[in-house]
Amino acid sequence: MVHPIIRLVVQRIALGLLLLLAVSILIFGGTQLLPGDVAQAILGQSATQQALANLREQMGLNDPALVRYWNWLWGILHGDLGTALTNGHDIATDLGKRFANTLFLAFWAAAISVPLAIILGLVAARYAGRWPDKLISGITLATISLPEFVVGYIAMYLLAVKFRLLPSVSMIFDGMTLGAKLHAIMLPVLVLVLVVLAHMMRMTRAAILNVMQSAYVETAELKGISPGRVIWRHALPNAIAPVVNVVMLNLAYLVVGVVVVEVVFVYPGMGQYLVDHVAKRDLPVVQACGMVFAAVYIGLNILADVISILANPRLRHPK
Amino acid sequence: MIRIPPSALLGLVMTGAFFFVAIFADFIAPYPLAAVVGGVWDPSSSEHWLGTDSIGRDLMSRMIYGGQTTIKIATLATIVSFGLGSVLGFTAATVGGWVDQALSRFVDLLMSIPSLILALVVLSVMSVNELTLILVMGLLDATRVFRLSRAVAVDITVMDYVEAARLRGEGTGWIIFREILPNALSPLVAELGLRFIFAVLFISTLSFLGLGVQPPGADWGGIVKENSAGLVYGIPAALAPAVAIAVLAISVNLVADWVLNRTTSLKGGRGA
Repeated sequence: MVHPIIRLVVQRIALGLLLLLAVSILIFGGTQLLPGDVAQAILGQSATQQALANLREQMGLNDPALVRYWNWLWGILHGDLGTALTNGHDIATDLGKRFANTLFLAFWAAAISVPLAIILGLVAARYAGRWPDKLISGITLATISLPEFVVGYIAMYLLAVKFRLLPSVSMIFDGMTLGAKLHAIMLPVLVLVLVVLAHMMRMTRAAILNVMQSAYVETAELKGISPGRVIWRHALPNAIAPVVNVVMLNLAYLVVGVVVVEVVFVYPGMGQYLVDHVAKRDLPVVQACGMVFAAVYIGLNILADVISILANPRLRHPK
Repeated sequence: MIRIPPSALLGLVMTGAFFFVAIFADFIAPYPLAAVVGGVWDPSSSEHWLGTDSIGRDLMSRMIYGGQTTIKIATLATIVSFGLGSVLGFTAATVGGWVDQALSRFVDLLMSIPSLILALVVLSVMSVNELTLILVMGLLDATRVFRLSRAVAVDITVMDYVEAARLRGEGTGWIIFREILPNALSPLVAELGLRFIFAVLFISTLSFLGLGVQPPGADWGGIVKENSAGLVYGIPAALAPAVAIAVLAISVNLVADWVLNRTTSLKGGRGA
């Protein structure tokens, strides 16, 4: 008999792959089947008949939609994302480099924000209703109300222009040392940390407070254990599943934040790549970026579910 | 008599002021939207309170007209998302069966990828104008309203008075609009403010990325984009619309928080 944890995990991953397939239909349908002529949309109203016909031929627009979808999906499954319309480059090569840059940025943002959010969440839960809690809550309310690019420009104005502490644009290229790269991305990392910190911290606080209401925590308190120790030894281990879930969901949220922050700081990552090519109406690039973003987002959500399945002790012993 | 806490009152007054300025922008703005009236990035003066922008237009006037565009698009998108989301959500909960399954799974699909990414993908093929922006934003945001209204309505459909209406032979339309809607109103009203803020942030972000309101039109996100190059030289013009977005969002948040607290405590039966 298969262990129930393995069965649940396999089920969850299969469901995620199915969802990704549905998303591919959505992205392809959203760009190809919408009313209006795609070739016309790309070339504009002034295009000649000949140019339109050529582009339709080049993009295979004369084939039925199902055939085009199948060719596109088949290509993706073999690592062939097609070529960009605007410069004729192989999309997979360009995208790969930029994806690595985006991961570099997101990795450092996550490495700083996750521990910080959990520590602040614990502090807020420990002093719930008192001034440290209120201070942290007030700051998070303010950052939730700001769009990413506003946080970005305020940080840039203060730190890069007024006080000249950090560079205002974050160009990185091959051959830079790790130290130089880190110095270049400090400002965007700071902004991403501020953007996700608030959500993550609030949800950590809520998860801890929820566990704090259970009977075993009350018992521990009545035994006379110090509040810090109650949280550390009794509340935290039981809050790990919801906290991990929160962390994963916020890492997925970084996917969106990264698009805007990269544009603000002119960082050569995937978000900037996507936005540039949406403006140029370069469909193959937009579709490829959309699929990669969707895959990362869905992947992180699957990971969150799998970890919370693994962290649930009730599922560990088959009945 | 309802006692309004000071924070909510401040939020109400500020939100009201934003809407007042947006509605009467034509009478309030000192200069026309596109008139070049000074040098590039002139500092603040008695004629130009906020100075001038990247090509010498009065920044104060552009902020006022920009606010009008931002608030108009966000309001209409919120109306679309609420109309569509709540009617479909109530229908799914009332009718049930395959209609519920089909709608719910489709919403799951739309929500499985970030709405910004989906919006960018769709906007890459559609001609970007105010109508498409409102429809795309409204449709994407309707998914969240759908989930909330379906969840609320599922609790209501099992009530005796809905059962009674069914036994009387009332149609689905009557049950949705006369039985469920009045009872689901308070959680929906609290959600309204949050969705409106989300729409403001969404349209600002799209315009900032250059994919929202197109020049010569202006909205707050677009004004940030136009003036962002000045920041590096220490010219804070881009921060003015950024601050406006933040203040509007915080004001509406304060009101929404209050409504949310009131409705949840009403649900708990403690009154407010």
